[in-house]
Amino acid sequence: MSLLGGLLVFLLFVQGGQSMLHSLSRKEDEKRLLVNALGRKWEYTFTTLVTFGGAFFASFPLFYSTSFGGAYWAWMILLFCFVLQAVSYEFQSKPGNIFGVRTYRMFLFINGLLGTFLLGVMVASFFTGSEFTVGKGNIAGLGTAGPVISQWQNPLHGLELLGNLRNLTLGFAVFFLARTLASLFFVNRLSHEVLEKRSRKFVLFNGLPFVVLFLIFLIWTLLAEGYAVDPATNVVSLEKMKYLHNFVEMPLVMALFLLGVAAVLYGIIHTVFSGSFKKGIWFSGAGTIVTVTMLLLVAGYNNTAFYPSSFDLQSSLTLQNSSSSEFTLSAMAVVSLFVPVVAAYIFYAWRALERRKLSLEDLNSDGHTY
Amino acid sequence: MDLLAASAVNWSRAQFALTAGYHWLFVPLTIGLALIMAIMESLYVKTGDEKWKIATKFWQKIFGINFAIGIATGIILEFQFGTNWSNYSWFVGDIFGAPLAIEGIFAFFMEATFVSIMFFGWNRVSKKMHLASTWLVFLGASLSAFWILVANAWMQYPIGMEFNPESVRNEMTDFWAVAFSPVAYNKFLHTTFSCWAVGAAFVVAISGWYLLKKRHADFAVKSMLIGSIVGLVAFVMLAVTGDGSAYHVAQKQPMKLAAMEGLYEGKEGAGLVAVGMLNPAKERYNDEADPYIFKIELPKLLSLLGYRNINAFVPGIVDIVDGGYTLPDGTTALSFQERRERGLTAIKALADYQVAKEEGRDADAANHETILRENYAHFGYGYLQTEEDLIPNVPLTFYSFHLMVMIGMYFILFFVVMLYFLYKRDMVKSRWLHYVALWSLPLAYIASELGWVVAEVGRQPWTIQDILPVQAASSAISSQNVITTFILFAVLFTGLLIAEVTIMVKQIRKGPDSEGLKA
Repeated sequence: MSLLGGLLVFLLFVQGGQSMLHSLSRKEDEKRLLVNALGRKWEYTFTTLVTFGGAFFASFPLFYSTSFGGAYWAWMILLFCFVLQAVSYEFQSKPGNIFGVRTYRMFLFINGLLGTFLLGVMVASFFTGSEFTVGKGNIAGLGTAGPVISQWQNPLHGLELLGNLRNLTLGFAVFFLARTLASLFFVNRLSHEVLEKRSRKFVLFNGLPFVVLFLIFLIWTLLAEGYAVDPATNVVSLEKMKYLHNFVEMPLVMALFLLGVAAVLYGIIHTVFSGSFKKGIWFSGAGTIVTVTMLLLVAGYNNTAFYPSSFDLQSSLTLQNSSSSEFTLSAMAVVSLFVPVVAAYIFYAWRALERRKLSLEDLNSDGHTY
Repeated sequence: MDLLAASAVNWSRAQFALTAGYHWLFVPLTIGLALIMAIMESLYVKTGDEKWKIATKFWQKIFGINFAIGIATGIILEFQFGTNWSNYSWFVGDIFGAPLAIEGIFAFFMEATFVSIMFFGWNRVSKKMHLASTWLVFLGASLSAFWILVANAWMQYPIGMEFNPESVRNEMTDFWAVAFSPVAYNKFLHTTFSCWAVGAAFVVAISGWYLLKKRHADFAVKSMLIGSIVGLVAFVMLAVTGDGSAYHVAQKQPMKLAAMEGLYEGKEGAGLVAVGMLNPAKERYNDEADPYIFKIELPKLLSLLGYRNINAFVPGIVDIVDGGYTLPDGTTALSFQERRERGLTAIKALADYQVAKEEGRDADAANHETILRENYAHFGYGYLQTEEDLIPNVPLTFYSFHLMVMIGMYFILFFVVMLYFLYKRDMVKSRWLHYVALWSLPLAYIASELGWVVAEVGRQPWTIQDILPVQAASSAISSQNVITTFILFAVLFTGLLIAEVTIMVKQIRKGPDSEGLKA
């Protein structure tokens, strides 16, 4: 699950790129090239999001129930802007699209901005907590709350998460990370001198705020209280510097986390300072996957409540109390054995289509353009 | 409070129906066109005839426009199980989530990966690899349909699970029973053939339009031929699998069958209504009014379809409410009130179990668990209040079912005529048939949507048959929230649908020899 989350954040580079369509390109044909470079990848982000949803449902149905049904508006807005994305690539340059190319690119921008930002906010809430209660007796008529087991206690239904400064910090950090990765992707993919140069600058412009914001979030979270679970009694309590303790108590996770961060930074810095280095996306991309994976492990492993309730500590969801039954998890484990096969054909397809870099000429000869 | 909650449930239902209805405008065409494209490209690779390649590329372009919007509406459906049906997700997520996850891993990635090769790979991979990619897009789309229908079939016929009172959810005990339940298998076939049918009707209709306009006659006739063969196979198979569906519904959801047929008083050797009109004056299930204004019946056919025996007893709505008839397994059917009593007993046992557990009285808890298990088959009835709660909307189910069947019969005849003219007569000159082909397209869409209306309206009030009704399945959100998202989605989807249709019309007007298709 954590790994899927990591992959998803990496693939957000598509969204990051969408948010820069206007600022990065000056001319229409440049814009078209950017759109098409991203357009050949958007299905991956989308598919990963869908799979992420499905896998979360299968492995942590109680999280699915609690978070989606509770933080209704946060998820609905997120979904809404992904709907906009799905049609925008295909529709924008087709005659008869009614709303005009500008509107569809605005849709892509909205998706680039809100899609990344809101996901960042949701991930941050894994550390900062949300306001919900879980009452398993509700469905059997115990209590007065009606039959629904998980109930959100804030009438804003998820929008209140935006009132937490730490959530916002990670939200913006993810937004700038996505833009940084997108710039690195363009440097790697495009054979277009002007755009490549500009993309290098954008790596710096976006990389810097990302690093600053991410460090603020990280240090803040490491020093803040975390949601600890007593392994014997399953009682949840607040523990000072819980997440720092998690890192210290899981040295492998810490090592990989630091390695991931180093790879992200290396990709950014090397691309900025060397005019010919084009492989930054591979370092920063892989680094992002590892870093996010480790961060999510820290949120849930080592007797920690991964989806904590700040309203009622004992309602917090932990890996133990919210995962699927052992039977379902083993069925899913068998299914995951096929993941390498899937990865292999994705790799094949990516290679087959990307052996040549993308230039303006290709757009006309490949038959299908956006 | 109760009233508000009821309205939130209904708005959540409306939102799901809206999304599913829109989703189903796009998906059948995606799957159907994928098959037709794959056949055309196979002919191109086999014969080397460039005309097949141009035809493939033209339909691929239409496919692309349609594909994106199908995905967009699909993602909303998946997440709505969480956002609007959170209790449902809690209660059965352990089983229901698995097919969705498998769909993502097996089907979506296959579809998304090979779609990109299909679109962008004409000059980048070999001919055979490209052909394989097109077939894999079709396979991926079909697999995706399979897993989502496994999930849907499980809601109609829950098996392979056990209730865990500790976690208050149903847990999977037999993966294969879920994945290959006879209901799922039949549902998959019936739905897949309906997708082929829509794809075929679409291709034939557009080809008919070209012939009317006297454009691209050769392309149009070629496309019509493939479309008509696929269409005839699809509709014949729809009839065969439809018979299978009726059988399963009779066994597992007798109330749905009764609603489909407007059957209030059950009988032995029941006939199938061929054409009929319901009596709007019938207000309650047990009032004196005759259910029909008129009907023409095919004698004994309903008993034969539902029970494979021309004299079998088919229970009507009144019988199912009152109980007392003999079930196929030899036991006597319970009445609604008896089942409700047992449902309430089960729910109370669950509450007692939880209190006992909390207070550490493990022996008591074990007793309550036993009571719960004995009555669990009726659990959902405990949430229903009156007999009326058990009965789906009869007119909607009845008319949807009969219209769907009539349209299906019409299309079998239609494709036979098409093939006759394609092989024995001059199709290019048969203008009346071009009109018929063009105007048959809306019928295919209507039938395909009606199929879902029958399946989903007919099973109300249940989200999971006998276990969880809609009233107990939704999220704890106020109706204002749901109304707002409903309106947002309605506006968005409608806007996108209009854009999609106009884009398609423009592409079709441009025709198969427009730029970018030749090469």
